Amino acid sequence: MHSVDYGKLDFSVPVEAIGIRSQFGSNVIHENLNLQLRSGEILGVVGGSGSGKSVLLNTLLGLKRPDGGVVNIFGHDRKNITESELKYFETRVGVLFQGGALFSSLNVRENIMVPMRLHTNLPVPLMRELADMKLNMVGLPMTAARLYPSDLSGGMRKRAGLARALALDPRILFLDEPTAGLDPVGATAFDELILELREALGLTIFMVTHDLDTLFATCDRVAVLVDKHIAIADTLDKVVRYDHPWVAEYFGGPRSRAAGLGDAR
Amino acid sequence: MSASVQNSHEAYRLEIDQGQLIVHAFGRWTLATIKPIDRALKADLLALGYGKVKTSGEDYGVDDTEFGGVVFDFKELVRIDTAGAFILTRTIGCHDGMCRMWRVRNANPGQKILLSAAAEASAGMAMQPPKPWYDPLSRLGEGFLNGLRETYETIAFFGHFCVILFKMLLRPQRIRWKSVFSHIENVGLDALPIVVVLSFFIGCVLAFMGSDLLEAFGAKVFVVDLVGLAVLREFAVLITAILMAGRSNSAFTAEIGSMKMRQEIDAMTVIGLNVGETLVAPRALACLVSAPILTFFAMVSGLLGGMLVTWSQGISPILFTARITEVVSINHFWVGMAKAPVFALVIAIIGCRQGLAVGGSVESLGRRTTTSVVQAIFAIILLDAMFAMLFLKMDV
Repeated sequence: MHSVDYGKLDFSVPVEAIGIRSQFGSNVIHENLNLQLRSGEILGVVGGSGSGKSVLLNTLLGLKRPDGGVVNIFGHDRKNITESELKYFETRVGVLFQGGALFSSLNVRENIMVPMRLHTNLPVPLMRELADMKLNMVGLPMTAARLYPSDLSGGMRKRAGLARALALDPRILFLDEPTAGLDPVGATAFDELILELREALGLTIFMVTHDLDTLFATCDRVAVLVDKHIAIADTLDKVVRYDHPWVAEYFGGPRSRAAGLGDAR
Repeated sequence: MSASVQNSHEAYRLEIDQGQLIVHAFGRWTLATIKPIDRALKADLLALGYGKVKTSGEDYGVDDTEFGGVVFDFKELVRIDTAGAFILTRTIGCHDGMCRMWRVRNANPGQKILLSAAAEASAGMAMQPPKPWYDPLSRLGEGFLNGLRETYETIAFFGHFCVILFKMLLRPQRIRWKSVFSHIENVGLDALPIVVVLSFFIGCVLAFMGSDLLEAFGAKVFVVDLVGLAVLREFAVLITAILMAGRSNSAFTAEIGSMKMRQEIDAMTVIGLNVGETLVAPRALACLVSAPILTFFAMVSGLLGGMLVTWSQGISPILFTARITEVVSINHFWVGMAKAPVFALVIAIIGCRQGLAVGGSVESLGRRTTTSVVQAIFAIILLDAMFAMLFLKMDV
């Protein structure tokens, strides 16, 4: 589709942040932050409110320029890659924003069709069928296809957002608090959905989350964003045993015990 | 029955073996490659008599007389994604939730899940019911009813608000003066330049047209009567009202509408703030105060415009003012001024009501803003016509 030299690309680490510094005015959010997203894994990022998780997500996605350091895409500095490589990356990335970020003037089906229209040349009826299929995959009823985002509940909006993120069958999925605002049943179903999609599509998933159940159920590795950098990024057992007051509080709290993590400490 | 190759394509080979359709998939079945595959597969299936589904009689099932089931062979498949899986599951021929039996061989667990999801999705997809022939008629009727409902609701809101306003006037300490004055600045002061300039031009045009026409009758001096009467009675107040409808009314709708979208209105109601008192009343009061003042300035500048043009036509400003005071009765001024607050109130009420009627989507905000301006201008013209008849009967 595009003239991309695949041999040059490093698929084992699709996205990598090296020595990132982010600041707003004199307020430094990230300082020397390093993080690798490895192919095929589900990486969960945790951190307190205001620790800059969403800023990190935006930086990795290229929505925000880092004030220092480098974001690598397939092993190459984002600033130096060619237009066609960037486009290649874009068609392989799906993003689910916190509120779903659906286009409010389009109905759900049209929302899912937007990336297809932009990046493929499929006939419209086929696009419609594919959009309906995505809708079914994320567990929305067919009647939702013609509804507008304002008619949907928060959970349905999230699912529709995920369907749009999956529109181009991406290899890498970025999820910003996917289970926030969902009821426990819905959240569990969402976790299962994500695992199933990973299995089926071979997805690499980067997930910002506060939901300990989700971390426990889905993530291969957990990165802790604290003190302006990633303190540790490792399997959950190791992260839980990591010696840091915030981590101890986070995983030692009553909610964590409820999620079955407390015993590990 | 021995296996027979029925059809082949670079991405698949269809084979019929003992009543089963065997689909060998090769290479890449992804979003980037499926367009030609889909077309070819559809045609091949149709050629096999496979795409057809029984639709007559009670049996809505799949025409399964020839094919017992489908077997997918992924031995030589390189990669498949949801789009590819969806295309493949066309062979299952789902219709109304009924599918052929299918299984897959030489697939990894991920591909199996993918295919099940795709099959499930195709099974869950319902046909869209076609629109009935009377659809345009029913939509026309709906539109008419909507129009009636809209009119009724606007009038009801107007009445409701008049009660609130009356209550507030009895207890003036409840009026939010700060908000009122801030709106007066937006609605009145900021609109002054444009109102004055437009009215000036209208006065000029009137004088030009009038003097040209009246000169033919040798009655050029009557142009002063024309300008005075038209500007004082009609144009000044209409220009003011229409500008207000375009400027402030749309702003009211957008402001209140976006507050509604972000649930601010709900929050206010829950806290116990009366929306009518906090949002609608200050805007309506600001319009009530601003409109007569703007109208007055519009009158002055309209007359000035007329005077300037007639001066160039040989009627001196002294003669102009003398004739105005002599022939144009003060009644015309009061007729114009009397209309201003009525228009102002109608504009404010329509703007606020449309704002409160905004739903959750950006689209509805846009639609309501448009409706608001259209309704306001329509109401102004309609009311003006009614006023004209009223004043005619009253002989003023």
